[in-house]
Parts: sequence; structure tokens; C-alpha cells
Amino acid sequence: MREGILLFPRPARRSPPALRLRVVGMGALALLIFQAACKREERGFRVQPPSASAAEGSRMTDFQPGPRTPESPVKNEYEDNAYALSEGKRLFQEYNCSGCHFNGGGGIGPALMDDEWLYGDKPENIFETIVEGRPNGMPSFRGKVPDYQVWQLVAYVRSLSGQVGSNAAPGRSDHMQTSSPEQSRPRESPKLSGKPR
Amino acid sequence: MKRHKETQSRYRVTGCCCAALMFFQDLSGAHSSVEPATPQAGRIANLWWVMFYVSVAVLALVTAALIYAVFRRRSAREQTAPVDLSPNTNRERKATRAAAVALAVTIAILFVLLGLSFTTGRAVSFLSNESPLEIKAVGHRWWWEFQYVDPVPSRGFITANELRLPQGRQIVLTLTSNDVIHSFWAPNLMGKKDLIPGQESRLIFRPEKQGVFRGQCAEFCGFQHAQMGFLVLVESDGDFSDWYNHESQQAVQPSNDSEKRGRQVFLSSTCVMCHTIGGTPANSNIGPPLTHLASRTSIAAATLTNSRENLAKWVTDSQKIKPGNRMPPNVLGPENLDDLLNYLTSLK
Amino acid sequence: MINERSKPGKAHIETATLDVERDRAELERSWETRPGFIGWLTTTNHKSIAIRYIVTAFIFFLFGGILAALMRIQLARPRSEFLGPDAYDQVFTVHGSTMMFLFAVPIMTALGLYFVPLMVGTRNVAFPKLNAFGYYVYLTGGILLYLGLLSNTGPDTGWFSYVPLSGPDFAPGKRVDIWAQMITFTEIAALVAAVEIIVTAFKMRAPGMSLNRIPLFVWAMVVTAFMIIFAMPAIMLASSMLATDRLTGVSTHFFNPAEGGDALLWQHLFWFFGHPEVYIIFIPGTGIVSTLIVTFARRIAFGYTALVLSLISTGFIGFGLWVHHMFATPLPQLGQSFFTGASIMIAIPSGVQIFCWIATLWLGKRLELKTPLLFVLGFVFTFVIGGLTGVMLGSAPLDLQVHDTFFVVAHLHYVLIGGAIFPLFGALYYWFPKWTGRLMNERLGKLNFWLMLIGFHLTFFPMHQLGIQGMPRRVYTYLPETGWGALNLLASIGAAVLTAGVIAFLINVFWSRRHGAPAGDNPWNSDTLEWATSSPPPSYNFLYIPTVRNRYPVWTVEPDTPVVAGLRTDVREALVTHTITAAPDHRYELPNSSIWPLVLAAATAVTFIGVIFTAWAIPIGAALTFIALVGWFWPNSEPAALEAERHRSLPTGDGLSLEQQT
Repeated sequence: MREGILLFPRPARRSPPALRLRVVGMGALALLIFQAACKREERGFRVQPPSASAAEGSRMTDFQPGPRTPESPVKNEYEDNAYALSEGKRLFQEYNCSGCHFNGGGGIGPALMDDEWLYGDKPENIFETIVEGRPNGMPSFRGKVPDYQVWQLVAYVRSLSGQVGSNAAPGRSDHMQTSSPEQSRPRESPKLSGKPR
Repeated sequence: MKRHKETQSRYRVTGCCCAALMFFQDLSGAHSSVEPATPQAGRIANLWWVMFYVSVAVLALVTAALIYAVFRRRSAREQTAPVDLSPNTNRERKATRAAAVALAVTIAILFVLLGLSFTTGRAVSFLSNESPLEIKAVGHRWWWEFQYVDPVPSRGFITANELRLPQGRQIVLTLTSNDVIHSFWAPNLMGKKDLIPGQESRLIFRPEKQGVFRGQCAEFCGFQHAQMGFLVLVESDGDFSDWYNHESQQAVQPSNDSEKRGRQVFLSSTCVMCHTIGGTPANSNIGPPLTHLASRTSIAAATLTNSRENLAKWVTDSQKIKPGNRMPPNVLGPENLDDLLNYLTSLK
Repeated sequence: MINERSKPGKAHIETATLDVERDRAELERSWETRPGFIGWLTTTNHKSIAIRYIVTAFIFFLFGGILAALMRIQLARPRSEFLGPDAYDQVFTVHGSTMMFLFAVPIMTALGLYFVPLMVGTRNVAFPKLNAFGYYVYLTGGILLYLGLLSNTGPDTGWFSYVPLSGPDFAPGKRVDIWAQMITFTEIAALVAAVEIIVTAFKMRAPGMSLNRIPLFVWAMVVTAFMIIFAMPAIMLASSMLATDRLTGVSTHFFNPAEGGDALLWQHLFWFFGHPEVYIIFIPGTGIVSTLIVTFARRIAFGYTALVLSLISTGFIGFGLWVHHMFATPLPQLGQSFFTGASIMIAIPSGVQIFCWIATLWLGKRLELKTPLLFVLGFVFTFVIGGLTGVMLGSAPLDLQVHDTFFVVAHLHYVLIGGAIFPLFGALYYWFPKWTGRLMNERLGKLNFWLMLIGFHLTFFPMHQLGIQGMPRRVYTYLPETGWGALNLLASIGAAVLTAGVIAFLINVFWSRRHGAPAGDNPWNSDTLEWATSSPPPSYNFLYIPTVRNRYPVWTVEPDTPVVAGLRTDVREALVTHTITAAPDHRYELPNSSIWPLVLAAATAVTFIGVIFTAWAIPIGAALTFIALVGWFWPNSEPAALEAERHRSLPTGDGLSLEQQT
């Protein structure tokens, strides 16, 4: 026998079933975390907008003849994607959304960081608001902004009132600070106003 | 040209020295630190060659000493004891003296290099009294904005990714950034300088050789750092002022129906959100100005030559060419695209 | 307390009969590691921890190498579409961060943690539990970075993560947060290792090993450790500032110029760490080189004092150069000149070292060109080139041309591969028998060396010219018209050769572990104390603590060389000596195995990883850390009888004696 230390003592021959279960459980958890991380971090360059056509079918009012048709909500994948949200933030400034809405606080146009929504808070509503425009000042950007960028703007607009997860929402910007960063906004519960329900 | 020949002959000398130095024989091109087009870059290139030859000499000496030390023939007496605990004092003293001399030589060389470095540093940042041509460069992700500041404000203009300079005139380049840190580097003209948001930096040089030189962003700035290039065209005074006068004009009017339709396509599509064409309602400064697009030799930040074909590729699917850049893909019908290209290529 | 009269070599040497068998059995018992998985998690033996460090760091080296290979494939030809910019940015950032933070520093400090206690002749490092904690923290940081890379969250802003590119506005998502926290983890580990090395080297040396007799490797590790202590806080501060700038609910403005912050502040803080970092990696390499050269030249080191003084002055000057990474920023020219002067000045101590090494080889006996020595010779040649290009980069005007180009890439790899990896491979060949009791295969070793040397120069020499020709660093592609294609292809071919060299090394390790020639206790006939015990060493390192009469204790050992007797063998006791003279001072009981380092590391991990997602991780982590620290410091209850026995067993007076073995 040589005198020496055992660098890697032999582990027990078999792991007990409880341990194996835990390993499986942790593996599943890790997969979940991975999936969330991948979604959050993807940088999509040659993108197809999430569901451009879905917005076409959205209604201007809930008032319908006959029984109400159930809505199929549009899922804006960009709300989980940090890159798309930050692109939305950049475009919000560059396309001069801030010119009227300022940094979401409102001024010439309505505020976007509060709980009041004139034309609906759903992604498809906001998409329509941007593309079609609204009476009393909101211009129509149809044809001027590609669909995927509109969806990025939609995701960002919703982040202004804390509607998207704080892990994907943008952090503070490298400018004068006007309000708290999107990622630390309290989540407002949206209510429709100014329009009969 | 004289300097060029001089360096050429230097290469030849080098080539004989050592096979490894073969690498340095082919230092040519429009983006080379050792083919200076300005006195400033010339001073730095001279410093480089001094340091290069000193380094070659030092390396040769050290390597020779090392090889001798290892393969020196040892006398039988030196082999006897297993280890040498009390070495021959006489030899030790000699070795100490040799090491001291080597150290003294090292220090002397370093002082010389330090002195040369200081004088070069002073020379390249020297500003002469004559009135310089002032240009402001702004870094964007991922293109270069060049603002020609004119005493008459209406004659000033903004161009992109192509810097035209008159030969023999002192240039003062003021650098700043719109987003992250970039670095302006045209090796033939001068060393690099960083563009830092919230700060201004300055580069001074005097181009004395006509030609086209290439520059590139040298500070990592994101996805398209690799292809954030620009061209520098050094021209005779006459050519430069012709170009300057032309650039200060608005864009030419469309001359036929197709171009007119093209302008309409431009103004009614996504283009208008980011680009400027002087004399039209398009005046956004997010992307490069296109007022005199057709007079530029390259597009996409010195990545593609400015041809109709490349322009078509770029407009329809720029993300294939430069993934991550800010230009969205544009879905245009073939006729619309044709009209748009006709219009863009007419913007001399 | 021991007094003057027991200064070694002077007086108070008793002759006694030592009960070797009983002492050995008792040491075995009191120093043994618990068997099984729990024992593996609780061990505080510096050798087990250091080997884990070395193995882990080497695995990270292989990962970093794979990433480098991906980059070379991408750059082999112009406009290649193998990796897109997004993937390439993550790959080069993780490559740089891995090599600097997860490989180079940890593997060097790990060599220190393994060999400093052995070389100074003591039983363990000064704070064994802290040592184990350091390893677990480091491992967490490394795993965090690679989990990030695998989940598309790999940092993508370069290993120096300049703001604002890495700030909250331009780096969305959690990529940079992972980088910043990985930095924090690895820096804690480095600080821990530094403290261990300094205290062990200064307070636990064998009697007689006064400051002027400390082995050169230990000196190098001490200087490195001091540099870590002064440099690492700067980067921890910077990375924490970056993390708070980005952190949800905190959003500070350290680097936001619009709110009074400063983008250049990051660069100053980073390079105040970043430049000394190079020396933190390179100085242990010089320690290895000095050790190997003395062994192979079979003579005393030429200019021991000069070597030590140049190490120390490198350590000092290393902190005065950081601005030469910022010459292209708008800084005043006079200030730049100062840093040019300092950058050129640091060539002097490096020159002194090279002259001393060459003189030692020159005056030494006939050299056997074994693999470790080959790596040392490769080091000298390569490092001289790296040093000379370093002088060029230190010159402010010339730096404006070569800064941030492939010239810098070439330079830094010449310095780091030449200055650290070649000596490291030499060290691995040299000390492999110490760890395993077997020598590595010489023929494979030589193949390994030549492949690595040729591959290295093929890869990186052309990069000098690419830089001069205008190729900036960190480009994921280039245009065919640039004319950079041929040299890039050559570099990529060189990378393949280099890879083959590393594979030869791996084969050699796995083959030699089983089939290598048995080494015996001192296969190289070396002079330092780690060879004065068996290979591999027992858990308690030395049966009796040796005494030292000169710089070359193993070469000059005599049958009557005294050993230290009187240290307790029934508990883990070590000898503490005076800092300067190494005269015995007092006995010091080292802690046993403990699970608390792991628990504390887990608490630290919860804090730092949690803080990427929520500021609530700070109070939660603080509570967990508090619990772990209570467990850590909970006094061991010792039966009163044992305590009394302990006092009784102390011989009158000092309780220690140097005894001659009969």
C-alpha cells in the first residue's frame, strides 16, 4: 500500500431511489429554466411577426348581435423576449412615439404607463391602434412600420405599465431619468375607459 | 510615393533576415498602418519600424544566448557532482558582470524607445496655425455619420460612411457617439480614436497622398461591429470642392415617371421612417442620409459596392447580408422595387 | 511561546528516539478524510481541494479551447456563415472570460494551494475551511457561465464588457448579469486563495526557512497573492456597479453620463484590475520557470535576490500601467506619457529575470532536454516576443495604430500562452509524479511540446501582420477584398495543430496515470521540500516537520538534519513560525473536515445568482449566509479531560523542540 491521500474517494455504489428521483426532478426544473432563458434571450433578426394576421380579426367593440363569440387572445411572443422589448424601446424613441406620449407619461397623447386604456390593452388592440391609427390624433403607421416592429412596439408599450415580466422588460436607459425603468414598473390592472363597454 | 519605395526596400532587407519575417513583406493595401498617407501616420510607421528592428535584434540575441546556454559543451569536471551548490566564484562574477551589461543595454534601449515614443506622440498631436477643415464624426450602430460644418450653415451637410478629404489640408475630426463606444480607425491616415457617448475626442491629420483608404470601427460595438466600415477618399482640392458644392445641394428631382413612382414608394413605405433625402419630406436621421446616395462608391457601411444589384439585395433582405443590423427587410412588389431602385440610383 | 534560544541551527537540539510507527498511525487517524461522498464534500485537505481546482480549471481550459476552435473555423475564410454575429459574440466573450477567470488565475493559485504548504513544510493551508469554500464558489461561477452559454444567455459584450454596450440600455436580457456575477464568484475565490497563500507562506514555514530561503515558486505565489488582494477589489466593485446599474428595482447610474455617471469610469476600474491580472497569471509562471530551471541546471539559482526583487517590482509597477489599455480614449497627453513610461519600465524586471534564467542554464550542468525543460525553453522564446510587442503597445502613438486589432490578440496570446500556459504545461509534466507517483511519457510529451509550440506560432504570429494590415479584433467576419483571408487560414491551420498538441497531452495524462514509469519520491532530483515526502504525499504532508538550513533543503539534507517534534499528532496541529526568521512561535490547531464551507458557498450562490433576477435575493441570501456562518463558527465541544490532557502533554517551556532522529 502506498502512503497517500485518496483524492476522489469512491462514492457509494448505487444512489438511493430518493436521490434518483431528485435528480430527475432537478433535470426537469433545469429544462424549464433553460426554456424560459432561451425564449428571453433569443435575438431574432430575420423574423416573422408573431401573428400578424390574428390582429385583423379583432373587434372594435364587445357589443355583438347574437351570443358573444369567444375571443381567441393573441399571444405576443415578444413579451417574453428581452431583445424584442429593447428594440421596441428603441423604436418608441426613434419613431417619435415619445413626441406625443413622452416616455409613457402622456402629454399630447394619452399616458401609456397608467391603468387606463381608451382602445383596449390587449396586444391585438394596441397593434391595431398603431397600424390603423385612432381618431383625435393617433396617426396610422400602416405601411410605414413593418409588422414585426409593430409587435415589438406593442410589447414595449405593454411593458410601460408593467404588463410584461420584469426579467425581460428593459432596464434603465442611458439618458436623463424620467421615471422608473420599465422592468421595475408596478403592474397596473388595465381598465377600459372613455368608451362604453 | 517616395516613402512607399523606401518601405519597399526595407521589406527586402527584412526578408533576407529571417524566414519568419516573410510575413511582413506584404504589408500593402488601403487599410495598412505602414503605408501612411499622412505625415502623422508616417511618424507612427517610422516608430513601428524602429521598434520592429530593435525587437528583431533583441530576440535574436536572447535566442542565441539561450541556445548557447542549453547546448554549450560542458567539461568533464562540470559533470562530476550531482548538484552544484557552491559554484566557481570567478565564473559567477563574470556572469554577474555580463548580466549587468545586458541589463544596462536593455535600459538604454528602453530609454531610446521611450524618447522616440514621446517625440512621436508630440508630433502626431501637433495642430498648426492654419485654419483646418473641421468635420464631425458621429458613430451609430452600425454606420458612420460625417457632418461637414460650414461657416455658412446652409452649406453644411451630412453624409454617411464615406469621408472625402482635400489633399494637403489639415483635418480636425471631432468624434462622438450616439449610442455605445466606437473607434474611428483609418490606418493609413492616423491611429484610432474612440467615440465615447457624452464626450468629444479629436483626431488631427493632414492627408498628403491621394487615393481611397478603408477604415473600420475598432471598438467592439455589437452585432455588426465587424462590418462597420467606411471609406476615405483623398482628392485634389478642385475635385473636393466640386464634390463639396454638389453635396450641399438638395437631392436631384426625379426625371421620369419611374423615378417619380420610386420616390412615392420611398415616401410611402418604411424607408421614410429612418432616412433623409434632402428636398423631400423624408428627413429622419436614424439611418444614413441618402440625399446623394448614387455618388457614393459603397453602401451598407463600406460592405457592398454601390451597384443596383447590391442595392436591391440590401433593400429587400439586409439581414441576410449583415445579420442584426437595423434595416428591416422590405417586401416590395417587383415593380415597386424597380421604381424605387431607379429613383435611388438617380440620386447623384 | 518559543523564545530566542530555539532559533534553528543555533541551539536547543535534543536527541530523542521518535516513535515513528505510533506517530504515523496517529497522524493517519487524525488527518484522514471521511470515506464516501460526504467525505468528498467535507474535506478540507489542501491537496484534495487543489487537485479539484486544477482538474476543474483544466476542464474549463478545454471548453475555452473548443470555443477558440469555433472562432478559428469561422474566421478561416472571409464571409463564412458558420457562426452568426450573435453566436460569435457569445463565443468570443465566453472564451476570453473562461481563459482569464475560470482557467488561468484559478489553475495558478491552485498550484500555489497545492505546493506552497508542501514547499514551506507544513501540514495544511492556514485556513482549510475557507480554502474549501473558495473552491465551491469558483465552481459555482464557472457552472453559471456555461449554463448561461448553453441556454443562449452567454455574455456577448467581450471579456472586458465595456459600458454602455454592457449596460442596461444596450444589453437586454440576463447575459451580462451572468458575466458580472461570474466575475464576482471567481474573484471571491481568488481572494480566498490569495489570503491562504500569504498567511501560509508567511506564518507556517518550517523552522529555519527565513525570508531569504523561501523557494522562488513560493515567492512568486506570494507576490501574485498580494497583487490579487489589491487588484480584485477593483473588478468586484466594477462588476457590482454594473450589476446594480442593471438590477431590477435598483437601477443605479454609475455609468450613465446623462445622470452624472461616466462610461470611462468602467474602463479605469476594469483595467486597474485587468492589467495586474496579466501579471497575476504570468508571475506564477515565472515561479515555475525558476523552479524548473534550477532543477534541470542542477545548480543554485543565479541571482536569487535579483529574481525575488524583480518579482516584487513587477508586482508594484504592474499597478501603474492600466491606462495603456485606454490610449485611444480622450485622455490628456501628459497623462498618457506617464503610462508609456511605466509600461516600458516594466520590461526591466522581466529582462532581469530572463538574464538570470539564461545565466543559470549557462552555468549549470549538462541539461537533459526532458519535456518540462522544453516547455521552459519554449516559454523564454515565446515570452520574449510577447514582451517586445508589449513595449510597442506601451508606446502611446504606436498603440493608436495597433490597439484593438489582431496585433493585440497576437500580443496577449504570446504573453499568456507563452508566459503562463507553456510554464504551466511544464509544471504539469514536472509535478505529475508528485500527484500520481508515476512519470508522464517522454515521447508523447515531446510530441505534445512540438505540436503546441509550432501550432501556437502558426496561429498567432500571422495575427501580428493582420493587425498591422488593419484587421480589428472581435470581428465575426471580414470581406474577401480585405486580403486577410490567407493569413487567417494559416492561423486556423495553426489552431488545429495546437489542438492536436493538447490532445496529445490528454492522452499522455490518461495513459501515464495507469502505465507511467513509477517515479519514486524525487524523480527529478529537485531541491524543494515537496520532494521530501512521498509521492503522492500523505494527508498530513510530512511525518515530522522538516527544518531548513539553506535555500536548497533537499539537496543538502544530512542524516542529522533536525526535525520538529512535539507537535500533537492526535489532533490536526501545525507549527506557526515568525514571519521573517521562521523561528518556531506557537502551535496552532487546524480545523477538521466540515460541511459548512459547502453550505456557505451555497448561500453565496443563492445570493449572487438570485440577484440577477430580483433584489430580494440580497436579504434572503444574507439570512442564509448568517445561518451558514453560525454553523461555521460553532465551537467544537472538547471534553474537559482531553483539554486537560492537552495541557499536561506540553513539555515544560516552549512545548516544541527540534530533535534529531535516531
